[in-house]
Amino acid sequence: MKYSAFSILKQGLSGNKGWQPAWREPEPKAEYDVIIVGGGGHGLATAYYLAKNHGITNVAVLEKGYLGSGNVGRNTTIVRANYLLEGNEPFYSHSLRLWEGLEQELNFNAMMSQRGVINLYHSDGQRDAYARRGNAMRLAGEDAELLGREEVRELVPFLDFDNPRFPVHGGLMQRRGGTARHDGVAWGYARGADSRGVDLIQNCEVTGIRREGGRVVGVETSRGFIGCKKLGLAAAGNSGRVAEMAGMRLPVESQVLQAFVSEGLKPFIDQVVTFGAALFYMSQSDKGGLVFGGSLDMYNSYAQRGNLQTVESVMEAACAMVPSVSRVKVLRSWGGVMDMSMDGSPIIDRTPVEDLYLNCGWCYGGFKATPASGWCFAHLLATGETHELAKAFRLDRFSRGYQIDETGHGAQANLH
Amino acid sequence: MASLITCPHCGTRPKEEFTIRGDASPVRPQLGAAFAAWDAYVHLRDNVRGPMKEHWQHSGGCRRWLVVERDTFSHAVHAVTDAAEFARGQAGGPGPAAKPARPARAAKAATAAKGRGQA
Repeated sequence: MKYSAFSILKQGLSGNKGWQPAWREPEPKAEYDVIIVGGGGHGLATAYYLAKNHGITNVAVLEKGYLGSGNVGRNTTIVRANYLLEGNEPFYSHSLRLWEGLEQELNFNAMMSQRGVINLYHSDGQRDAYARRGNAMRLAGEDAELLGREEVRELVPFLDFDNPRFPVHGGLMQRRGGTARHDGVAWGYARGADSRGVDLIQNCEVTGIRREGGRVVGVETSRGFIGCKKLGLAAAGNSGRVAEMAGMRLPVESQVLQAFVSEGLKPFIDQVVTFGAALFYMSQSDKGGLVFGGSLDMYNSYAQRGNLQTVESVMEAACAMVPSVSRVKVLRSWGGVMDMSMDGSPIIDRTPVEDLYLNCGWCYGGFKATPASGWCFAHLLATGETHELAKAFRLDRFSRGYQIDETGHGAQANLH
Repeated sequence: MASLITCPHCGTRPKEEFTIRGDASPVRPQLGAAFAAWDAYVHLRDNVRGPMKEHWQHSGGCRRWLVVERDTFSHAVHAVTDAAEFARGQAGGPGPAAKPARPARAAKAATAAKGRGQA
């Protein structure tokens, strides 16, 4: 069923009784050409592009909970392509282009809003760093604009510009960045994949990876054994546990990141604004709630909840950047389990186990990468070759010394 | 994350006084060790879901490094050992690998520990 203004009108006039479920709920088949573990954004996008770009439709996505129940439904919905390093920027640039055409492509309202992303700077050194980053982005074909203090004031007048410790001197603006409805992205890809014949199997937890002669032949699941010719892992925070089933250790630690939403306000903050004096970012959802977050809780965790110490520091950052939010009530906070890699960049690669492929290490930047991650992972699964845009995201880059370390923190997962 | 950690030197203190470094399981290889051993030490992690040993520093207290055994799913803290004692246990010495945290001995013990540090 195609969604359109006409279909809404037609269904509205007939009491909304004719809507179909957006996807089937099939029983698992005995064998698939490709099984993808993880029914989040990346897994669903991979299944969609496998079917669409490569014509491979005998595909199953196995999800232990319900579709989109992990990080794709728990993030702060920011879409941007403002990376510095060569290995990263072209990939995220491609992702942003896919975002721009996503709703037409999927016939689904993902509420993509290119409202602009502003990274504030508070010192001369930071200004230089952002000028350099902006230039790197422009060299990669992205848009970037270095704004001065008055230009930022015009856009976001309510910042604490004259803070004695962290005065706002300006910001780096990417106008094509913005936000998207996170659930909508998962649902859109799910519907698109399903309509092309992909089986989306929910409440199906993978408990083991069966190998014969060094090759993957299938997965043990809570719904029985399912055979496959190729297996792709897109399990985000649980990547380490799934990889362990195949006897692998990963350069990844799972850590908890919290996010917050306030009560609904009238239109207040038009862009996504990030603080340069602390790790903090804020935007406003279409419902009116301020959506914001800060840094990790810093310790390993598989629990989707965080600590009050981090809540306090995030609130302090919020009030330091935008003093007028000090009396706004926070409605809810939640945590997601991040697959923090040792250099802060992702991994899309084959593994030492034949026919086993890996997509992980997204740290807390996985949401914006969803389309390109699916695009490149599908290419890898279909052709066995690494996609040009993901050629830096190799698993062996750590042992070969080709880390992509945007922040320059070294092999300490919680600092990325 | 549990809100209290029991320091073997200072007693039960709020978690905010402690700073985490990370996984305490990887053991630094010998200087002449093979490259693969160094790669595994620096990069590869078990990424445990369940009880895990971690290095924490009591940065807002006695400043000793501690090995905290903590559950990464329930966030419960099971045992706290001084890192030096833990290392002796690892090396096969007399110290236990991880012993249950002692009850609070309050400021007196903290002062005594500090005094020893300065001596």
